[in-house]
Amino acid sequence: MKYLTQFGIIAGVSFAGELLNILLPFPVPASVYGLILLFLLLMMKIIPLENIEGAADFFLSIMPILFISPSVSLIASMEIMKDNAVALLLMIFLSTFVVTSVTALSAQTIIRSKRRKAKKQQDLQGGKVNE
Amino acid sequence: MNEMLSNSAYFGVAISIFAYWMACKIKEKWDFPILNPLLIAMLLLMGFLSVFKIDYETYDSGAKYITYLLTPATVCLAVPLYRQIQVLKKNITAVIVGVASGCLAHVGILAGIAYLLKTDSALLLSLLPKSVTTPIALGICGEIEGVAAITVIGVVVAGIMGAVFGPGIMKLWHITEPEAQGLGLGTASHAIGTSKAVELGEVQAATSSLAIVVAGIMTVVIVPIAVNALGL
Repeated sequence: MKYLTQFGIIAGVSFAGELLNILLPFPVPASVYGLILLFLLLMMKIIPLENIEGAADFFLSIMPILFISPSVSLIASMEIMKDNAVALLLMIFLSTFVVTSVTALSAQTIIRSKRRKAKKQQDLQGGKVNE
Repeated sequence: MNEMLSNSAYFGVAISIFAYWMACKIKEKWDFPILNPLLIAMLLLMGFLSVFKIDYETYDSGAKYITYLLTPATVCLAVPLYRQIQVLKKNITAVIVGVASGCLAHVGILAGIAYLLKTDSALLLSLLPKSVTTPIALGICGEIEGVAAITVIGVVVAGIMGAVFGPGIMKLWHITEPEAQGLGLGTASHAIGTSKAVELGEVQAATSSLAIVVAGIMTVVIVPIAVNALGL
């Protein structure tokens, strides 16, 4: 019964996401509407975390397997790949490398400078001398 | 062969899970970062399908039921997001600035390479949406009239690349803050990168899934503007 409720809630939220995708004019996929919706429901305590945790952790743990078929679909696009292979791979590889690096580096810089500021303030309030 | 198998609903499911199981065994035996289970499973299945001359459609007629679970699984990313709400509140500036600079860098680097290599503008148009999750990428691709198949290639390769090389990139730049790691993976490699982030830890999983949502929304806004500005 426990898992029935949990999977039921997740299916219901997925369905609500689909409805939003159909009704609203934005190019936002059903799954992202569902994600935002479930997040809001959890935040507003309408759905307690315990009522969904088990099934959610199951879905999260099998996630890589869900991408197998879309990945294998590359086999059907080999023709397009062949004609532009070098440019295509170069663009994908370089851009992925750059985006990962830029995002992670700028985020880390902000996190660290914030922490430093917070620490400075704490030290000042505590009347300690900054080193 | 094709005809017989396309009537089977479990052929695609069974060989997908078997291939992934084998991939995990291989990963257990030789633990190199390049041996990403998803990548190995993909190559095993591609080899299997071409050796036995099985069409992708035949395989997918069963395997699509696994892909069908992608929507509820993506919805469940709300759970790590919720568990880590304090972490996210604390890092809201880092999330917005990090993801925004990543999305802008993505457009910039792609336009730069396309200009240098003088590639077909269709290639650039189709790749611009590629760092976000497949359904959003295809939505944008439709809006700007790119080629959907190229967008899918881009999304999948960017995702697998993030899962395979992501941890290496983090080492290269000494990215040790878990929030920054998650944001980098999610912004560049969407849900496939997030599946790696889930392995790295709960904070990484939360920030990575947050980055999927934020990067998706930002890309929906940025890409059409960039296409206009570049005169494509």
